[in-house]
Amino acid sequence: MGRILLVIRLARRDLLRRRTEAALLLIAILAATTTLTLGLVLRDAAGDPYESTRAAAKGPDVVANVQSAGLDRLENLVTAAGVTEHSGPYPVEAAKLQTSGTTSDVQVVGRDTASVSVDQPKVIRGSWVGDGGVVVEAAFADAIDVHVGDSVTLDGRSFKVVGEAVTAAMPPYPGSSCLVAAGCVNGAVVDDGKAPPGLLHNPGLVWLTQADVRSLTSDPASLSYVLNLKLADPAQTQVFVDANQGDRGRPLPMQSWQDILNDATELARDSQILLLLGAWLLGLLAVAGLSVLVGGRMADQTRRVGLLKAVGGTPGLVAAVLLAEYLLVAVVAAAAGLVIGALTAPLLTESSAGLVGSAGAASLTWSTVGLVTAVALGVAVVATAVPAVRGARSSTVGALADAARPPQRTGWLIAVSAHLPVPLLLALRVAARRPRRVALGVAGIAVTVSGIYVLLVLNAFLGDQPGTGVYTEAQVAVLRHALLVWTVVLLTLAAVNAVVMTWTTVLDNRHATALARALGATPWETTVALAAAQVLPALLGAVLGAFPGGFLLFATINTITGGDGGKATLPAPWQLIALVSATVLAVTALTAVPAHLGGRRPVTAAL
Amino acid sequence: MGNAAATPVLSARGLRKEYGKGEGLVRAVGGVDLDVGAGETVAIMGPSGCGKSTLLHLLGGLDRPSGGEVLLNGRRIDNTSENALARMRRTDVSYVFQSFHLMEELTAVENVELSALLAGRSPQAARRRAEELLDRLGLVGRSRFLPSALSGGQRQRVAVARALSNEPLVVLADEPTGNLDSAATLDVLHLFKDLHESGQTLVIVTHDARIAATADRMFSMRDGVLVDETRPTGAPGRLGALIGLED
Repeated sequence: MGRILLVIRLARRDLLRRRTEAALLLIAILAATTTLTLGLVLRDAAGDPYESTRAAAKGPDVVANVQSAGLDRLENLVTAAGVTEHSGPYPVEAAKLQTSGTTSDVQVVGRDTASVSVDQPKVIRGSWVGDGGVVVEAAFADAIDVHVGDSVTLDGRSFKVVGEAVTAAMPPYPGSSCLVAAGCVNGAVVDDGKAPPGLLHNPGLVWLTQADVRSLTSDPASLSYVLNLKLADPAQTQVFVDANQGDRGRPLPMQSWQDILNDATELARDSQILLLLGAWLLGLLAVAGLSVLVGGRMADQTRRVGLLKAVGGTPGLVAAVLLAEYLLVAVVAAAAGLVIGALTAPLLTESSAGLVGSAGAASLTWSTVGLVTAVALGVAVVATAVPAVRGARSSTVGALADAARPPQRTGWLIAVSAHLPVPLLLALRVAARRPRRVALGVAGIAVTVSGIYVLLVLNAFLGDQPGTGVYTEAQVAVLRHALLVWTVVLLTLAAVNAVVMTWTTVLDNRHATALARALGATPWETTVALAAAQVLPALLGAVLGAFPGGFLLFATINTITGGDGGKATLPAPWQLIALVSATVLAVTALTAVPAHLGGRRPVTAAL
Repeated sequence: MGNAAATPVLSARGLRKEYGKGEGLVRAVGGVDLDVGAGETVAIMGPSGCGKSTLLHLLGGLDRPSGGEVLLNGRRIDNTSENALARMRRTDVSYVFQSFHLMEELTAVENVELSALLAGRSPQAARRRAEELLDRLGLVGRSRFLPSALSGGQRQRVAVARALSNEPLVVLADEPTGNLDSAATLDVLHLFKDLHESGQTLVIVTHDARIAATADRMFSMRDGVLVDETRPTGAPGRLGALIGLED
């Protein structure tokens, strides 16, 4: 018990003694755990949204629809071989839906108030249909901004919105299947007067009671009908469609669940790409930041091991102290990361749910909790293992005498720097002392800028979308929101990395900076040198990130996702120049404070 | 305590340095008066912790005094800006440290030329001067060596060469033989004797009586104050012979 208390006390003291480093370590691991949590939660929520919707909404295997004249053909289908369950036929009518200020084409499906076993739309807000009440498909409701409790009119008749629901019998708005005789057109609408009369433009989907649907029209013959079928073997739907579609020379419009899946997941794939892209980039940045921070602490830890051994600590005790210190930070970071990730994820999954019409909500699973905690603890163990083993292997005197890692010599850079003004001379020499740290800094900035490049491409792509019909304005706004969230997280982590790297450089160069001051460098010159040692690699990273990094990242994403990069608008040269300039300015601002603190440290204390 | 040298290059008046407050107050330097004349070598001796190094830091503007004045060539430096002090250290005052404080990643010649580069000399001039100094200090053939490949005595020679590269008014040496073995100590003793004879103004903090014996004046320091002054220069030949510096 006494030993455990001693270990905890020593670990706590060391953390408190180096509060800034402990805070940066916490932030770096926290960023990684938050990112990981977000990625895992979003993967679960958006990984297979159609499947979750299909399960939640009792999705049909085949959807068939006819005009009223062919209703008997639907009724025949009910008894076709392979059909195990069905719902319908339900009447469908085209109508104009009016909300405050907008008018939209809709397909109105008449449903029973009672629940059915095939295609029972999943109500995500409000309740299911009743007389005088309309339920609006969730993605359509988002698009036209109607909510439960609002009043709308259908062909001039007033209804109250009683619910919002998702269905697996039709792709979500604006990719809806067409059930009505008049026909539908999705996408950009050019009103050139040549369109057939009554053609529906980007129709949404709403549900009423069957009686209400029939009351919308005085001509029962204008109604269409839709039938939902469940088959004994859902994998054989195409065989069923082929066998039952083509009688009497007039093919019966039928859609298999696989067709609907293809249409629905086109949107889902886009959202997933967006979400996973951010996770990849953030993961890379987190690794770069942690590498620098852990590497920077190793020298201190080695000396500390020597001190503990000198006062009688066994190798086991010193390893336990080191491990306890990192585990404490890792556990706090894991818990905070899980909480922040879980709280932030709904912001993104809500948009994802709207996009794919999924009712799936983001939630923490035990596997996510386990994985995030394991990664955080893994970081702690990896960070502890090297100094602990090094300390255990070295003699006590050797560990005590262990100075900071010897700097590396980069002869050509030292020679070049002699020709530069003092701040740049010192900056290049500071950078040359730790080439691996510089490489990590360059890589981190390049990853960030590459990410921003891709975000610019996506933003430009979304800017072109309203009017093309692929996304509605509401969906574009939602996607832009998701992009903004990712951008903020990406830039935050990049900023943390920049501060961590600068502070690590400041600590690592305490002695060299003090010596330069003792030899006549001014505080301003050493401050500028410490900042420039970060800014110069940042400039290189920004240039590499803008080109070719961003282009390669975008091409890679296209290759992986099978996207058509040819449709994308790549950033203009002025945008790339602005991006590089903004990056350099941001890094300059971020490094200014730690560099200022490092450049003005008392000389005598460091020497 | 002081000695009015003919033309003081470096002076201290009532110089104090205190740390902490109240009961925790520590008086590292407690009112020192000192004049160092041009070309003079002054040694300050005393036990560890008596304030010798702090005094040296105050004299060279590496640290700020709590009270009193420091004058270099008659100009106060204790109340000037950090930038002005830095510029002063480029040309007027330079240090030799006990732990050498060489940049580990720089070769001997690169370490020596660093001061000149910081002072704004051209790379060619700085390199030329560094090579000359290394030759003069007996490090021919060692100029491209990293500090880790040099002996303790050689490293201290590099540090002295660096201190001389801008031809300073005063060189302040803090325990220059403190980290050296006997042979290297003798090596550095010779070096300081040469510097003394060349007219370089030197202030040396040491607890090595042999190096103090090379000085024109020697002060003893106790508890932050100078308590005693002696003049070994009255018999330089005998002292030199005693410590093995005379041929």
